[in-house]
Amino acid sequence: MKYVQEYRNPKFVKDLAKRIREITTRNWSIMEVCGGQTHSILKFGIDQLIPERIRLIHGPGCPVCVTPASIIDKALAIGRLDNVILCTFGDMVRVPGINDNLLQAKASGSDIRVIYSPIDCLQIARENPDKKVVFFAIGFETTAPANAMAVFQSEKLKLSNFSILPAQVLIPPAIEKLLSDENCRIDGILAPGHVCTIIGLKDYKRISRRFNIPIVITGFEPVDILDGFYHVVSQLEDNQACVENRYSRSVRDEGNPEALRIIDEVFDVADREWRGIGMIPKSGLKLNERYAHYDAEQRFDVDSAVDEADSECISGLVLQGVMKPTECSSFGRECTPEHPLGATMVSSEGACAAYYLYKRNSK
Amino acid sequence: MCLAVPGKLIELIDNDELMPVGKVDFGGVARDVILAYVPDAKIGDYVNVHAGFAISIIDAEEAEQILQCFQQLEDIAE
Ligand code: SF4
Repeated sequence: MKYVQEYRNPKFVKDLAKRIREITTRNWSIMEVCGGQTHSILKFGIDQLIPERIRLIHGPGCPVCVTPASIIDKALAIGRLDNVILCTFGDMVRVPGINDNLLQAKASGSDIRVIYSPIDCLQIARENPDKKVVFFAIGFETTAPANAMAVFQSEKLKLSNFSILPAQVLIPPAIEKLLSDENCRIDGILAPGHVCTIIGLKDYKRISRRFNIPIVITGFEPVDILDGFYHVVSQLEDNQACVENRYSRSVRDEGNPEALRIIDEVFDVADREWRGIGMIPKSGLKLNERYAHYDAEQRFDVDSAVDEADSECISGLVLQGVMKPTECSSFGRECTPEHPLGATMVSSEGACAAYYLYKRNSK
Repeated sequence: MCLAVPGKLIELIDNDELMPVGKVDFGGVARDVILAYVPDAKIGDYVNVHAGFAISIIDAEEAEQILQCFQQLEDIAE
């Protein structure tokens, strides 16, 4: 397919890998923020192509992974109520809450539906006027415009049986949190191309200046990712620290103004809990006052258990690049994608799951 | 989860001001896609699609430019 195949060209991949090897003279730790990129790195064996001196850090960029078990429990509790249809993205159904996951709830009779687009929920709401349709709204900035549009449209259509359980998170505050940690060893960052497609470069420029760190915006194909590494390493070796946009086929400086407008119309920035990381100030989105009546937490009175720290799990350290998934004593033993102990094993985009899936003894 | 898939806009189906919809071809499979966030998209453009919404028009010039850089380096190497 166009703009996929070209960016998988094996000749370019080989050439880029060679060029990275040629310019790398010191040890660097580089974090790719996005789980989709983590997945690509392991899937295409990019970790095997780049020099030993580069340590890979797999960032927190998987919305499914970082959704707290307590919110999943809330979704489960709402899903179990009579006359409720709970809609969710497919990635979410197998993710464990404190005791159960959505798939188990569906097996025991709850009406849980996997949707492709949040807009599909509106159709379901119209077709089922006697049911209450709740959308479990997870996602980063990439998904927020779609989630926001569902609420905005619902208001226009005056659908009274639709609401959302908002669990949306924002990437730049999470990056800042990781970079502020005293254990942090991140020297350079590959920034997530699709989040940047929505929000543009502004936040990344601020972060790059504040932490004096190179940030290169990249896409998701092997050539994109290696090109990203090449430019981060070039900057590091030259003692530079700026933002470079290498995904300019999709990312504009100002982001996507139409998408930002609708996010702003429906949501306010709020503090959020991240599974495996903890509370990050101003790192999430909640419905603003005008749309607060769409909040499922207000419509349905359900209790939620308090999140317990994922016990033996070291995913917090994995996310900061202090340890590799394979260095965790539970990896592949007590902890597998079927029985994940921590955030980074829960979806195929989490670092532990990606290592498990592609079974590499990677660096 | 933040994956967006490129496809070619082949038809405009609904001109609704708020939620225009078009047909996007993903290498032989066509799907309805909401074009609200790409108001300038024209038939023949490639768009990146996420969760049923086009989130950007793929800038062909930018895409080619970067590829050409790699091609040139290849040529020099050979
Ligand atoms: S392998 Fe499991 S327990 Fe170990 S860090 Fe990863 S998610 Fe946590």
